Amino acid sequence: MIAPALNPALHPAALAFAGRHQPRVWEPIVWILALVFYFAFPNHLGFGTELLITILFALSLDLVLGYAGIVTLGHAAFFGVGAYTVGMLAYHGFWNEPISSLMLAAIVAALVGLGSGLVLLRTQGLTLLMLSLCTMALLEEAANLGHEYTGGFDGLASLPIPKLLGLFEFNPLYPRTQYVYVLTVLFISFLFIRTVVYSPFGQSLTGIRENTLRMHAVGSPVRARLVTCYTISAAIAGIAGGLWAQANAYVNLTTLGLDRAAMVLIVLILGGCGRMYGAFVGAVAYMVLAHFLAKLYPTAWQLGLGFLLVVIALFARNGILGIGEALLRRFRAKRMPR
Amino acid sequence: MKRIIGATASFLLAIGWAQAQEVKVGVVLPYTGVGAELAQQQDRGMELYLKMHADMIKPYKITLIKRDYKNPGGADAKIAVQELLTQDKVDILAGWNYSPNAIATAPLVTAGKKLAVISNAGTAHITNLSPYYVRVSFSMWHAGYALGDAAVKQLKAKTAVVGYTDFPPGKDMLASFKRAFEAAGGIVIDEIPMGSAGAVPDFTPFFQRVKDKKPDVFFVFVPGGDHTTAVIKTYNALSMREAGIKLIGPGDITQDNKLQAMGPGAIGLITMHHYNADLDNPENKRFVAAWKKEYGPDSTPDFMAVGGYDAMAAIVHVVKALNGKIDVDKALEVLKGWKYDSPRGPIMIDPQTRDIVMNEYLSEVVMKDGKLAQKPLGRIEAVKDPCKSLKIGPCAN
Repeated sequence: MIAPALNPALHPAALAFAGRHQPRVWEPIVWILALVFYFAFPNHLGFGTELLITILFALSLDLVLGYAGIVTLGHAAFFGVGAYTVGMLAYHGFWNEPISSLMLAAIVAALVGLGSGLVLLRTQGLTLLMLSLCTMALLEEAANLGHEYTGGFDGLASLPIPKLLGLFEFNPLYPRTQYVYVLTVLFISFLFIRTVVYSPFGQSLTGIRENTLRMHAVGSPVRARLVTCYTISAAIAGIAGGLWAQANAYVNLTTLGLDRAAMVLIVLILGGCGRMYGAFVGAVAYMVLAHFLAKLYPTAWQLGLGFLLVVIALFARNGILGIGEALLRRFRAKRMPR
Repeated sequence: MKRIIGATASFLLAIGWAQAQEVKVGVVLPYTGVGAELAQQQDRGMELYLKMHADMIKPYKITLIKRDYKNPGGADAKIAVQELLTQDKVDILAGWNYSPNAIATAPLVTAGKKLAVISNAGTAHITNLSPYYVRVSFSMWHAGYALGDAAVKQLKAKTAVVGYTDFPPGKDMLASFKRAFEAAGGIVIDEIPMGSAGAVPDFTPFFQRVKDKKPDVFFVFVPGGDHTTAVIKTYNALSMREAGIKLIGPGDITQDNKLQAMGPGAIGLITMHHYNADLDNPENKRFVAAWKKEYGPDSTPDFMAVGGYDAMAAIVHVVKALNGKIDVDKALEVLKGWKYDSPRGPIMIDPQTRDIVMNEYLSEVVMKDGKLAQKPLGRIEAVKDPCKSLKIGPCAN
């Protein structure tokens, strides 16, 4: 019988580690705010929907970049594959039921993620960065060349998306259905990602990010873990893309573009990567600022946004959440001098 | 007490009167990014119309609510249009530069039931996508088709090679030129995609291939600006003029505000378009003079500026005809068959397609008073969008 004080399982660090998956008190607030938005800003729901989709997309990137440490600049490849899966199936009259289309988008994006991951994840660092960019560029050019099927630059217009569950219409003018639908999908995906991140599998990803050699040494199947993570992330990015296509009833080449890939990277780094809620904070900060500045100053809004990014890059390397954490730490240190 | 009631009543009346007189126009353009320069031309064209016709517009007040739609992705444009309709409650929409955005927002415009005047976006079938779209700019088929016809009939060409930048306007140009050129009896002997719109490629290999084929005319479509300058340079470097190959293209390649930058090598370039700043008509003289006074002597309006100007002319016409109370169905009735003397010459809105009917001008670049200018060679009057007349692809619906 070990004395309680000496039992390593009861050490505060061990307790914190064992209980890391338990929901924090403040976590529901995020979701309550998202619901409040629905009622408080009925005329901003188009923007709100785009915001939620960006959050989901940034979450998928967080899984590979923040947790597994895979530096990629081509994540829009999977977003685009998801969007085109939904778009082409609907446009050419094969299948357009929203929920099952979304699952198909996830499957196709996962397959592309698996295929490209098997090749790409043999490399790392700059090589990986360039190859991820190339994969996306290849897909974009393929979509451009196949314009008879993909609509090319002009895109596939007026996708026929039927009522959700046969009940709720996707109204372009008042996108209430779109907002609630996207919010629900985001919530489910978030629960899934949260489970993955706090599972032993997720913990091994963090291990790989921190020290790949040591993970090899403890016998962890590093490459298999990375490819699995990449595939899961691709599937979620595909869902985000599919949602985008359904909410806008439109797909074009920009879903596969570097602009989108770079924007989601900025959003994630701005919020703080490897922090789960970084995607939320980053997307809200970036998009709300961009949206309202653009409304006030249609020609010069990028100046304000650029200034914010420079300040964050210079003074807050861990993003906005990083600032919060540092403040919290300082506050606690003052309260408890030891 | 009576006086207070009277004052309040007159005050309320005044407010009601003022509200009836104000017409809100939502303008969606890419005010930032690569399209910013194009948006500026259209924006200035719109503002200039309002300024030049301030007396005529009274007692109505036209307020422009400008929104940047950022990129050609569709989603941001949809958000901008949705908010203009539901938050700002605009009476009329105007703008659209990139075609994909006009295509993406079509269902929204239909659901919003507001008149939407397109001041640029040129993909031919856009006006088929919503019954509330009216286009005062052009269709990609206008210039390409007219030039294909004129190349055979006026320039006496029998063979042509088409070189185009590989993006939708380029593909449209190829299709429209080829169709008209071959219908008139010519033969297109080669079609060469020449790189993307994003970066200027090395044109030498493409042009050498053209030189080896020895066509009578070489039809080029590239975006205005750096691409065009490089085209002129390569054309001269390979001595293609001396080899008897005429360089022709739609007016996009001699966009007025880029013309001077192209240098004397551009002399002899033959283009077909609905507008250039040197057009000789009183409306255009007035327009260009006002433009130079407003935006500086070195600034030149181009076809995009005229698109913005004419969009505002159409809107003012609707506002006056409907006494400031904009109802979309009545507005469409007013605009269908509307005739106007634009800086580009007489224009009309085709009652069937809600697309523009206008003259196309064949011009040659010449040196005049030490500056490059466009000399008229001929014109084709009242050209309708051939894509819709011929029912090609999505234009048929």
